[in-house]
Amino acid sequence: MASRADMSGIDGLATSPESVARRLAEVDYVADEELATAIFLAIRLGKPLLLEGAPGVGKTEAAKAIVTALGRELVRLQCYEGIDAAHALYEWNYQRQLLAIRHSGDEEADIYDDRFLIARPLMQVLRAPEASVLLVDEIDRSDHEFEALLLEFLSDFQISIPERGTIRAATRPLVVLTSNRTRELAEALRRRCVYHWIAYPDAAREAEIIMLRAGDVTNETARAVAAAVRDIRTRPLAKPPGVAEAVEWANAATLLEKGGSPWPEAFRRAIGVLVKDEEDLVLLAPEFDGIVAAAMS
Amino acid sequence: MSSGALTLAKAGLPRAATPLAGFARLLRRHGFAVAPEQSVAFMRAVTLLGPRSMEDIRRAALATLAPPPDQREEFEALFRSWFYGVETVATAGEEESEETEIRDDGGPEEERIDILQSAEGGQLASSVEQLSRRDFGRGSVRLSTLQRRIAASLPERRSFRTERSASVRTLDLRRSLRSILRADGDIPAPVWRRRKTVPRRLLVLIDVSGSMKQHTADYLELAHAVVQGAPSAEIFTFATRLTRLTSALRVRDRDRALARAAALVDDWDGGTQIGATLLAFLSVPRFASFARGAAVVIVSDALERGDPAAMVTAIGRFSARAYRLSLATPLAGDPRFRPETEALTAILPMLDDLVDGSSIARLGGFLLSLARDAPSAQTVWGKVS
Repeated sequence: MASRADMSGIDGLATSPESVARRLAEVDYVADEELATAIFLAIRLGKPLLLEGAPGVGKTEAAKAIVTALGRELVRLQCYEGIDAAHALYEWNYQRQLLAIRHSGDEEADIYDDRFLIARPLMQVLRAPEASVLLVDEIDRSDHEFEALLLEFLSDFQISIPERGTIRAATRPLVVLTSNRTRELAEALRRRCVYHWIAYPDAAREAEIIMLRAGDVTNETARAVAAAVRDIRTRPLAKPPGVAEAVEWANAATLLEKGGSPWPEAFRRAIGVLVKDEEDLVLLAPEFDGIVAAAMS
Repeated sequence: MSSGALTLAKAGLPRAATPLAGFARLLRRHGFAVAPEQSVAFMRAVTLLGPRSMEDIRRAALATLAPPPDQREEFEALFRSWFYGVETVATAGEEESEETEIRDDGGPEEERIDILQSAEGGQLASSVEQLSRRDFGRGSVRLSTLQRRIAASLPERRSFRTERSASVRTLDLRRSLRSILRADGDIPAPVWRRRKTVPRRLLVLIDVSGSMKQHTADYLELAHAVVQGAPSAEIFTFATRLTRLTSALRVRDRDRALARAAALVDDWDGGTQIGATLLAFLSVPRFASFARGAAVVIVSDALERGDPAAMVTAIGRFSARAYRLSLATPLAGDPRFRPETEALTAILPMLDDLVDGSSIARLGGFLLSLARDAPSAQTVWGKVS
């Protein structure tokens, strides 16, 4: 077994899918074999990693876990409708440029100096590809124009600034993209990436996640929660509970149980952290006791 | 692993790699979009992983060839047949399920949701699916006006983007300062910007069940005009299943588009389970997001044969998401029509409009008036009855 110091960085992390899974487990993220393989391949092939899945399955968490495992800095670009190049690439600091011109008097002022360049996430990553990981979050929210811009960035990892010339990354930076699949992404983008669809974890894995993430939840509680949540997700809810909600629910129920509520009652009273929609609550109410009883047996 | 393993052999394919390249070709033949760089990545990935087992090859294929999640089963079947020689099952086995099963399969141009109804007594009387494909004849009324004007007639929302404005609005500091720089410190006229407006999405859900039989052909022609004219429209049909027709209707030629659409829908004239189908629609996050902030038009007679509770829930959810929720029913063409069925009285307070959908002209006229304010359905029909 290598020491901790040797294990840091890309070479330590990505020797095999198993080592990826092991390192992610060390930072409290449970990855299945397929996700571990996808991460391993993304790192070794130097391609961006595209994670798709329903809200709340842990896409962003996966990216954060990779960052922590690599000991790098996370550069996050949150996408939204209307995001444009000035938010993603770079912007000039006009106020400072003006001041510099004013101060320079008769001398020539270089107003395109680094001092006046505000680096946005994509630029930050280009400048320090070995020390950071770029997370492009919820790319499905951005519009098609931005997707095209990103496409260009992801294929060459360079940005052209008319006043300065082209800035190129010394090595290929590690990029993670996430999408909720509220719309179909462009084929060209999917093609350039290593792809993984994160599904809801199976009951055993979800119990494992709950044990890792929740404070002091017993093994039985975790398993009961995982089974119940699995059952609840099969119903036609407006917002099926994600993994994070399941963890919260296990936590909340344990707290209530310590406060004196007996078991099935504790689950019922903590339902507010699991299902956050009035209609869903009404829909679940008549069957809820049955679900919990089945899960606890 | 040595870095040498990363580089592929330059000349010719090693013999071990031929099945991998063959698999990529097989996928292409079955309609998967696999780019050459993806097959290269696939081979490199297999090399990187060892491969120690078939499982490694399967995972490498999943990660690099990126099958869409809704085609995953087909992908797995092809993988098995190629690498293990297992016979491909033409369709993924129909699983018996008590729950409403959602299948989001098919290529980019077809997306369907199956509704396997849970048998609750005899409530769902219309459970017999009459699967038939119908040909659409001609007889087209002029839809060109609708197509031309629909984009400008949709309700608008403010976009995040701004556009240059001639009148005094928000100061565009960046461009103004830039123009000062350019003018060497002189101050020319400042640049103003205002928020752009963009048309909202139009979501049309068309009932193609038996009771709507005589109107469906008209509605699809209308839907084609809408897809052609509006910048972002989504069209679905439903009877016992839910089918997304948007991509099929993007074909410009109307006859070809309608033929494609007719081939996609296989529950023509089936029974109606409006509530169950609409709930299934809303339970797919991707579809449900189509309704958010959109103008939603449900074209249906709203004759729910079972318990209307599911339909009321679904309409409630739609009304919470949509900017404007309208129900167009062909029955309202009859002057004696009153919204008096159990289902209609229950959903009336949640509707923004309940309008006549008995002909292309009436429905088209309504679509063109979507941006204008109108009294709520309750007010309109409250006076009548």
